Parts: sequence; C-alpha cells; structure tokens
Amino acid sequence: MTGYIVRRILYAIPILIGVNLLTFALFFVVNTPDDMARIHLGVKHVTPQAIAKWKREHGYDKPLLLNPGRRGLERFTDTIFYEKSVGMFAFRFGRSDDGRDIGYDIRTRMGPSLAIAVPVFMLGLLVNVSFALLMVFFRGTYLDFWGVVLCVALMSISGLFYIIAGQYLFSKLWHLVPISGFAGGLSAFKFVILPIAIGVVSGIGSGARWYRTIFLEEAGKDYVRTARAKGLSEPRVLFRHVLANAMIPILTGSVVVIPLLFMGSLITESFFGIPGLGSYTIDAINAQDFAIVRAMVFLGSVLYIIGLVLTDISYTLVDPRVRLE
Amino acid sequence: MTAAHALRYTVGPMNTVAGYLLALMLPLLLAACGGAPWNDPYPGADQDKNILYTAFSERPKHLDPARSYSANEVPFTGQIYEPPLQYHFLKRPYTLIPLTAREMPKLTYYDSEWRRLPDNAPTGRISYSVYEIHIKPGIYYQPHPAFARDGRGHFLYQHLSRAQLDRVHTLSDFSQQGTRELTAADYVYQIKRLADPRLNSPIFGLMSEHILGLSAYAATLQQAYDKMARAGGRGYLDLERYPLPGAEVVDRYTYRIKLRGKYPQFIYWLAMAFFAPMPAEADRFYSQPGLQQKNITLDWYPVGTGPYMLTVNDPNRRMVLTRNPNFHGEVYPREGEPGDAAAGLLKDAGKPLPFVDQVVFSLEKESIPYWSKFLQGYYDASGISSDSFDQAVQMSAQGDPTLTPAMRAKGIRLATAVDASIWYMGFNMLDPVVGGYSPRAEKLRQAISIAVDYDEFISIFANGRGIAAQGPIPPGIFGYVAGRAGIDPFVYDWVDGSPRRKSIATARRLLAEAGYPDGRDAGSGKPLVIYFDTMATGPDSKARLEWLHKQFQKLNIQLVIRSTDYNRFQEKMSKGNTQVFEWGWNADYPDPENFLFLLYGPNSKAKHGGENAANYDNSEFNRLFDEMKDMDDGPRRQAVIDAMVAIARRDAPWVWGYYPKQFTLYHAWYHNAKPNLMANNGLKYLRIDPVLRARLRRQWNEPIVWPLGLLGAGLVALVLPAALAYRRKERMAAK
Repeated sequence: MTGYIVRRILYAIPILIGVNLLTFALFFVVNTPDDMARIHLGVKHVTPQAIAKWKREHGYDKPLLLNPGRRGLERFTDTIFYEKSVGMFAFRFGRSDDGRDIGYDIRTRMGPSLAIAVPVFMLGLLVNVSFALLMVFFRGTYLDFWGVVLCVALMSISGLFYIIAGQYLFSKLWHLVPISGFAGGLSAFKFVILPIAIGVVSGIGSGARWYRTIFLEEAGKDYVRTARAKGLSEPRVLFRHVLANAMIPILTGSVVVIPLLFMGSLITESFFGIPGLGSYTIDAINAQDFAIVRAMVFLGSVLYIIGLVLTDISYTLVDPRVRLE
Repeated sequence: MTAAHALRYTVGPMNTVAGYLLALMLPLLLAACGGAPWNDPYPGADQDKNILYTAFSERPKHLDPARSYSANEVPFTGQIYEPPLQYHFLKRPYTLIPLTAREMPKLTYYDSEWRRLPDNAPTGRISYSVYEIHIKPGIYYQPHPAFARDGRGHFLYQHLSRAQLDRVHTLSDFSQQGTRELTAADYVYQIKRLADPRLNSPIFGLMSEHILGLSAYAATLQQAYDKMARAGGRGYLDLERYPLPGAEVVDRYTYRIKLRGKYPQFIYWLAMAFFAPMPAEADRFYSQPGLQQKNITLDWYPVGTGPYMLTVNDPNRRMVLTRNPNFHGEVYPREGEPGDAAAGLLKDAGKPLPFVDQVVFSLEKESIPYWSKFLQGYYDASGISSDSFDQAVQMSAQGDPTLTPAMRAKGIRLATAVDASIWYMGFNMLDPVVGGYSPRAEKLRQAISIAVDYDEFISIFANGRGIAAQGPIPPGIFGYVAGRAGIDPFVYDWVDGSPRRKSIATARRLLAEAGYPDGRDAGSGKPLVIYFDTMATGPDSKARLEWLHKQFQKLNIQLVIRSTDYNRFQEKMSKGNTQVFEWGWNADYPDPENFLFLLYGPNSKAKHGGENAANYDNSEFNRLFDEMKDMDDGPRRQAVIDAMVAIARRDAPWVWGYYPKQFTLYHAWYHNAKPNLMANNGLKYLRIDPVLRARLRRQWNEPIVWPLGLLGAGLVALVLPAALAYRRKERMAAK
C-alpha cells in the first residue's frame, strides 16, 4: 500500500501544476494586473502612476508566464506565474493582495466551517442511510411509496428555501434560536443547531434516494436470498449483509468529501453569519485577489486528491478483495 | 470543570451521548434561566449593558488612515483617528469645527518669493498657501503595546524576540500597554506617510499636486527603500529622518502644511482620517516582520486618540469598538439648527462624550437576517432594503414617507436625508453621434434627457427614495438652488408650484431638429442606434434595463445594452470607448467644486485619467470653474456656479439622474439620531437606553415552544406506521 500511496502522491504533482496553470490562465484572462490594481486602489482618484506603483509593490509588474527580457531559466522564473506559484507547493500561501496572511486566515476560518460541516456530514449520512434502509425494508408497500414521494419532494425544494423557511419559523416566528451569528466554545451550539438541522433535512431527499437505489440493488442479489433462506431476520439481513456490501458506493461518495468539509458552504455561512471559509474564495474572486484565489484552488485540489486516496484506502477496509498495489 | 463534565457527575448513570446532548443544550437552558431571550445572538451577560449593536456587510480592507477610503472602513477609522478638524454634528449646512485643533487653522498666503500676501490677495498672485495648526495639549493616545516601556524607559515591544513572537497571536496578547501625549510631529509624520510608496495612499496623486514637495518626497522614499532592499532588508524606514518641505513641525503643539498655490478645499481634507496623527512608535512596532505574519499590522489594528479603540478585530465575524479610557473629553454640542431642540436633539447638550461604552459590529452579509434581527431588537438601527420597504414605510398621498402601523407599534422612528451624491447617465462627449458641441448634438442629448424619466425610475426602482436631479449639485451643498429658479429649463417646466418634465412631443421635436425625425437619420433614413454601457448584469438588473429600453423607445431610438463586468467597463471608460453610460459620485466634502470638477475639461477620464467620465470640455465652463474653485461661498460664487450650471444644462453632457435619499429606522431606545452625511465620527454622539432595550427585547422574543412538541408529534406520526408495519410483518413471519 505504501508504494501505491507514494505513486499517487507523485501523480499529484503534475496535476497540481496543471491546476495551478489553469487557475492562473483563467484568472488573468478575465483580470489584468491593471484591473487588480484599480479594484484594490478604490474607485476615486486612481491615477496611472498609482496603478504602476501598486503593481510593482505587489509583484504584478512582471510578464505573466515568459520573460523575454531575461536569459536562461530566468525567462521562466522571473514571471508572475513562477513567483506566485512556487511557494504553494511548500504550503506557503503568502499574503493576500490586501496584505493579510492567507495561511492565518485559513486556519482561523476553518473551525467555524467544520462546526457546521462535520455534524451535517455525519448526521446526514446516518439519517440518509437509516431512512434508505427503512424504505428498502418496506419496499413495495405504501410506506416505501410515500417515502420516495417525500424524498422527491424534499429534493425538489431549493436549498435556499430551507434556510429562509428555517430562519423564519425557528428564529423569527418562534424565537427559539438566533437568526444568525456565531460564538466560540459551547455557546456555538445555539448558533449551529439550526444550520445543521437544515443541512441534514435538505440533504435527506437526494441522499436517501441514492442509498435506497444502492440497497435495492444489493437486496436483490443471491447472497441476500441465501441469508433470508437460512432464517435470518430482515433487520439482520439489511444491517449486517446489505449495508456491509453496499459500503463501496457509499464510501465512494462520502470519503472523498471528508477533506473538503473544511472549505465550508457559501450560502449557509452567508445566511447564518458563520465566519467560515465558505465565502473566502468567492469574496476573493469579487475582490480580484489572485493570491487568495490561487491558494484556495490549490488547497481544494490537494484536498480532493487526498480524498480520492483515502477513498481507495477505505475500499481495502470494507472489501477484502481490494488490494492496493 | 466543563459543562459536559458537570452534567456527567451530577446525573449519574445517564449514558454519555445523552450527557453530551444535554451539555450542548446547556447554553440554551442557561439563557432561558438568565432571562435573556433564546434567540439573543449576544452573550446573556451583555443584555443590560451600554452597548450599541450594528453590522457590516463586507469586511473592511484597510484601517490604516493613509490607505482607508472606502465607505465601509470609515465607521471604524472615523471613531479611532482624530484629524485636526471635524464637522459639527447638528449644524447645516455642514460646518467645520476644531477637533484636536485648538482653533480653526490659520491660513496665510505667500507670493513666489515667499513674501506674505493679504488674505484677500488675488488668486493669480498666490504661489503658496500655508496652514498653521495648533493642537490642544493634554491629548493622549489609546493604551497600546507600541508605547509600553519598562522601568528604565526602554520600549518593551519594539524589538520582539522569537520567543516573544511565539506567544503573540493578537494584539491583546501583549501584557503591557502604554500611551503618550499627542504632538504636532505625529500629524507631520502621517502627512509623510501619504507619500510612502509601500502604502499606496489613494490620495497621494491628488495631494502631490498640492502639498509642497510631496511628489519628490515619494521618490526619495522609494530610493531609500531600494537601498534597503539591496542591503537585504524590508523593515522599518524612519520617515522622521527624511524632511518634507510641505509639512513641518513648529513646536510641540504646532505644525504647518505648505501648499502650492491656493486650494481652499484643502480645509475639508483636514477633517478626514488621511490627516489624522500617526505616532512613529506605532509604525515602527507594526513593521516587525513577525507581527505582519500574524496579521498584526497597522492596517488591522489602528492606534488613535479618538473616543473609541478597536478591541476585537475579527473581520470575518465581529469588530468591537470600546471606549478609549484615555479619551481627552468632548461635550455634546450646545447648539444646532432650528428644529433640533424641538426634535430632542439638544437634550444632551454639554454632556460628556461618548455616551456608549462599546459598539459591536457583526458581519451580516444577507439583508434578510439583518432586517429580522433589527425587528427583534438585536440591531439598534437599520436601513431599508427594497424587499422590506413596504413592510416599513408607506407613502402618503402627498408622497411623504410615513411608517407603517407595525413599525409605529414598536416605537420605531424614521429619519430621511438626501445623500451628498448623484447618480447620472452620461454621454461620452468624444462620441461622434451623441457627443460634440454642435446644436444638433445638444438637441439630441436634450431630447434624451426629457425622455428618460428619472421621476418614474425613482418611483419604480428606488421606492421613492430619491429626488430627480436638476443639475450636478445635490441639495445641502452650496450652489444648489431649490424651487423654480433651480429647475433645468431644457427638461422641466414649472407648473403649479412644482417641476414637471416636458412632454415627449417636445422631445420628439428636439430629436427632429437634431436630424433624427421619428428616431431615424434624416439623411440615410437609418434608425438611430445608441449603445448603452453598464456594469449591470444578471436577472436583478433585467427590469431596470428593460425600463431604460422603453425610455429610448419613446423617441423610437434603438437602445443596445452592452453589459460588461467591472474590469471591461472601467477599461472602456478610461479609453473613451462608450456612448452612453451610468455613473455615480459620492462627495468627498461639501463643496460644489467636488461636483463641478466632474465636468471640468482638464479632468477628462479618457484624456487625463480624471473623474470627468463624460469627457465634457467646454472652455467657458472650464474658465468659470477655475474662477469658482478658489472663491469663498457668497453671492459672487453663487453667480458663477449658476452660470456654470446653465452652460452644463444647455450642453447636457449628463441626463442628470437623481440624488439618492437615505431612509434609516431607529428603535425607541436610540437617541440623538440625526443623519450627518459628511461626519465620519458620529458614534460618539449616539445614546441608547439599554434597560428599555432589554425589556423590549424580552417582550418581543418570548420563545414559543409548542411547535417543538408538534414537530416531535409529527416525527412520531411518521415513524409510527413504520413501527406498526414492522410489528405486523414480524408477526406474519412468525406465523
């Protein structure tokens, strides 16, 4: 397995360079360094001299990818791309274009994001799998039918509606929890309970339906018939055999997102005033802060690769036939 | 012992999961027992405290007074930094008064040989203006680690070791703090910082045109930085070692600012944080690289003498201003404008400022939660979004705004004020079709000015929050003329005591005279097509752009809307590649020069990179502007302004658009609310009644728990059929 992991890490390097190059190209197709300077300097009294000065101060006065004025390796290294990208491979994200330390911001903002994302993920998985197994248990009955109807109804409603309706009912009408805000420690509970509940409920529709499909496919297999034939109870068949054998698709969809949980949710965090990472990238795109955008895209790529490797490893834990070589 | 531990010890055999759940519920239960509403987003212990609650929707980028310029930054910098002057809180028109200055600055004029000139010397003879400012003694900075010294008088934190840095995460981690008296040198130091190439002050370009030697000073500093970089350093550059001819210290409490020529508007800049004092110790302290890596910079942790200091700086969650214990003291104004006493605005006259102990700014990105929290009493004041407008305000038959009964029942009050700003539609005067100064082009622009009905726009899209503009100068600024004499005679008629937009028939006639009868070119017969550039994109702007389309259709003009992003729009504007566009301007200071310069030829955006986005260039207007900008307010200046506005109205480089109107709601416990659109330091005048607020909050937010029972019953109702079916199934299997 070690060899496999080393190989995957080595594969990751060209992927990350490619992602970095693509982010760089896409960003600078839309925004020139002049545009970035203008937006950072504000809308009033912005002179061409001020723009030139800003670019020089922030290292955006160099050519983007190739410096024809230099010789040898410096043609590539004395460029915006090289200078802004190379430190990232050592996870040195540097400073945002408005001067803040990006690593520090990420570290302080990931906690509140995790306070919402981890419970939503864990509870969501538990509720969705349980609900899906229940529907499979009652398959073909009116309970299964109405369960599917409920799922379709839940997944047809926009996520934003859950948030607005939840805030309206629980906070505005019944005064049970604050509408928005955040606090550290145990005081966080009253702020996160509603977004967690909404996150779980809004995910039941699609999640439970997806797991139901997986479980139904497993439930029709020969080994399940054999298990029933030897007299095992239906709950034991479902929880012991069907669930265990359906773990591969469940893990495929779940483990890969675990490392990404700390990236947060844009809409949930915006509406509930959660000071997480959800809006960090979007805010940076709006503010044309390339330093943050490249750091977050790079980090997202790294985490996604980690998620995929973890998924592969998790297969070996649930299915003895899988070997990573 | 944590709450979770406590519960586990007291409830005995309770299982662990239930224990933790209860522990998590503890804050809610405690909140309930303590009397604070369950939905109170603030700590229960703060419910009766003298704290003002407000919000910010976007994190401020810069709190360094040399860099901060955005509207979302001044609510912080305005309370912390104290420039020498400030605007009187109550008087209108806006009046400058001393803040840290002992009296208003003494202005002296000199000729090119530095010979003193009389105060009424003609502008042409004035080569230099010198402002001499005396500051009050006995003003001290807020407590700050940059000033902290040990017993021998050595600074404690100006040379931080690695071990000291490792223990520091925020500014509050420094155990020792100090202060020192404000001196004139601190003001001079800050003026020098405006030229610091590392800071990129937004007003450096403008100020280098006026402050003597500022431009050369920036070059000197750049050389010094380059030299430092060659030596491998990037630390602190002591600006006190580099003299600036335009700013000099006279004595401990006096300094002088020397300007080239005459620049009467400079006095307004002396009321902005750009000209607030900066102690060199703070600059040196924050220049330590270890602090910068922890985001502890001057841009994030301001150091001032104002009534408040920033004690919590989490721009992603909340920012807290706390009363500065070293504040020099100031009293609430004893006089205002007529009507202020009747409105209760002079009840606190002579009382020491500030009234509020703390101001908590919470990050609130969405308008819906903000509005709901305001109605619950968790924010003390609120603007009104379009979504909530009908819920809050209703218009009387006369068009006057009044509060809805629901708002009045809560004791909420409404204050309105016309912003010192303008939103207009500009014609690019360099464009061959809509631009130029021929009678034909003038008539085309006048026809469009009549057709684009901004009165209707205000009513549809701004809920009546605005006044259709008659010229470039908004109400409240010297030069604005109200009533019949103030209307644009090319667009409006005066009918029954109010302005009425000219008929579309008049516009069509003008269009025909311009060579486009019925919207077609009289020569070629081709339809007139006009291109409108805007940053408005997406579904939110659709209705507005369709409305605009219809305005041009009144004249059979085909409007092509070119929506682009901010960058492309700016690029088009700077190159003059537009035909018609929308633009706005917020005043820097209450002087007509700050609006009329938007039409001054040498300030053209395409030719000179200035703020004249329409690239309007009328020699007579320019001449009058040069004359007007140096004049004192009075009948002579008014006459010149009238002549300039008349020229601009005839040439019609803008469809004047509208002056936005600000509507703000205040709760019953919020006092001394008078919109002051120029002052940035208004928080010190506000007073709240925290006892009334706490009582009303409890009254308005009593928890309603029966829906929880209903939800539980609903869940049981959902699970019950499954449980029954399972039992039935099991029994069947057993049989």
